[in-house]
Amino acid sequence: MGDVLQSLLGHVNPYYLQIIVNIGIGIILALGLNVVTGLTGQLSLGHAAFMSIGAFTSALFTIKFGMPFGVNLILTGFVTAAVAALIGLPILRLTGDYLAICTLGFAEIVKVVFLNLDITNKALGLTVPTANTTIPMPVVVWVAVLLTIICVTFIHNSRFGRALMAVRGDEIAAEAMGINVTLYKVQSFALGAFLAGVGGGLYAHFMGYINPSDFGFLKSVDILSMIVLGGLGSITGSVLGAGILSAAPEFLRFMASYRMLVYGGLLVCMMIFRPNGLMGTISFTNLVLRALGRKPHLKTIMEQKIMETSRSGNGDT
Amino acid sequence: MFLQQLINGIALGSTYALIALGYTMVYGIITLINFAHGEIYMVGAFVGLFATAILKVNFFIAMLISMAVCILLGVLVERIAYRPLRKSSRLSALISAIGVSIFLSTLAQMLFGANAKGYPENAFPVNQIHIGSAEISTLQLLIIAISASLMIALEFIVHKTKIGKAMRATSEDYNTAALMGINVNMVISFTFALGSALAAAGGVLVGLLFNAVSFNMGLMAGLKAFAAAVLGGIGSIPGAMLGGLLLGVTEVAGVAIGFSSYRDAIAFTILVLVLLVKPTGLLGRKIQKKV
Repeated sequence: MGDVLQSLLGHVNPYYLQIIVNIGIGIILALGLNVVTGLTGQLSLGHAAFMSIGAFTSALFTIKFGMPFGVNLILTGFVTAAVAALIGLPILRLTGDYLAICTLGFAEIVKVVFLNLDITNKALGLTVPTANTTIPMPVVVWVAVLLTIICVTFIHNSRFGRALMAVRGDEIAAEAMGINVTLYKVQSFALGAFLAGVGGGLYAHFMGYINPSDFGFLKSVDILSMIVLGGLGSITGSVLGAGILSAAPEFLRFMASYRMLVYGGLLVCMMIFRPNGLMGTISFTNLVLRALGRKPHLKTIMEQKIMETSRSGNGDT
Repeated sequence: MFLQQLINGIALGSTYALIALGYTMVYGIITLINFAHGEIYMVGAFVGLFATAILKVNFFIAMLISMAVCILLGVLVERIAYRPLRKSSRLSALISAIGVSIFLSTLAQMLFGANAKGYPENAFPVNQIHIGSAEISTLQLLIIAISASLMIALEFIVHKTKIGKAMRATSEDYNTAALMGINVNMVISFTFALGSALAAAGGVLVGLLFNAVSFNMGLMAGLKAFAAAVLGGIGSIPGAMLGGLLLGVTEVAGVAIGFSSYRDAIAFTILVLVLLVKPTGLLGRKIQKKV
């Protein structure tokens, strides 16, 4: 099957293929952060750290054990999630910006430690061998994207997801309703890290080379911009935001050195003109239902109301 | 040896403190993490460099020019990028600040090139003073003196003047302050101006101390200064000073003991450890939970 797919993909311009893969990886990372920041309301400025941990873990699994890629990715996800849970337990007691700076600090620490470890080849970075699979990378990435979207959608509408939203809305009220706030926060943190780890693993094997400095503060900011641009908490928004921001540097490439200048300016303009993100509170399912002439479910309307109030209220995250 | 490292640490720490003050004041008033602040500091260092190298002015005048330029820049950034977002979610303002930061550092890279530049040799005559076995440069003493006097001036403005009172009132309660007839927009602009001036001074001093000014110096310095502000308890002015000094001294101590390759992680490790014990920073106010 791998050969057939490979020959099919051979017809696509490799440059476009690269953009498509980048978008896919961006979507996985954005959806992971969306669980933590969008759904649970915990601002994380260190998502790239988990991507970094995932990338190096996955690369080392391939280098040391030649693990099949599917198993590799899942194990990587679990390792990253375990690290996140370990870190999350103490630091998720902090709230708001104190948590944000702690995650930022954690990310810097991870970067510096990886820059000094022998196993990660210090500042030289790791050259990653090709993944142990016959299926071409773009297909692997997009299968992972689809699985991620399906899982995250289910989580949004599950008991677990509603508990997370309750935590976002009001921690004290959620606690009073019998939700174990710390437990749910740590779980959502671990889930976000799981996805970041998988994204990192895919990134490592697609790029073929990873360096701890690739996963610095700016990478975390990139991912955060994606979900804020798309609309916090909205899955469709995250996908859209990840698509736009992963592709933007490529489309802006003709501007050469002006590229990042325009990117910075765009971020400011987008926030000024669409402060709630492109999708805001629009939900894709509702749009489809409306287009079919049906009213959306009462539940989704309620969810939108909750999201709107939790946004407009003190403008809290 | 100990005295030497202590002075090194205090000199470095007081520049962190100068930058951290800008973070903490802005945060205290509009609860925004102003990520563009590190870039203002970078611009300050560049303006000081050009003033000494091209205009050939005295070091102190160069610093004043740099402060003036950064005041304009800081107020302008607030006008364009933050004011329209004051009513929307805090995350949007945060992203906007990050956008400004990327914009400014790229602009600096395009204008001034990617290489680090040094201040001219004669910008400030450096002499070494020997105290026991320690060797202290006059530059370090100058940095400490300027930082200290700027901080005293700031304390005076905040506690003894009318605008300082307005700042404190706005940071206490934004809406009530507006109802009491305080021109909140003006107060916010003034806060940005103060913070930017301090950052510019910090930029010029660091430029002299390390003799290297580059377009990306704002990022790490900004993050560390922000860490210092949070360490001291964000929103608290004495906290930012204490946090800056503490980070500077521990960083220098860490390097002296032999963790030089972990240099950038030292500040953040201290921060995370302190926050775990004292979740609102050293001098931060306790967050009250309202039910």
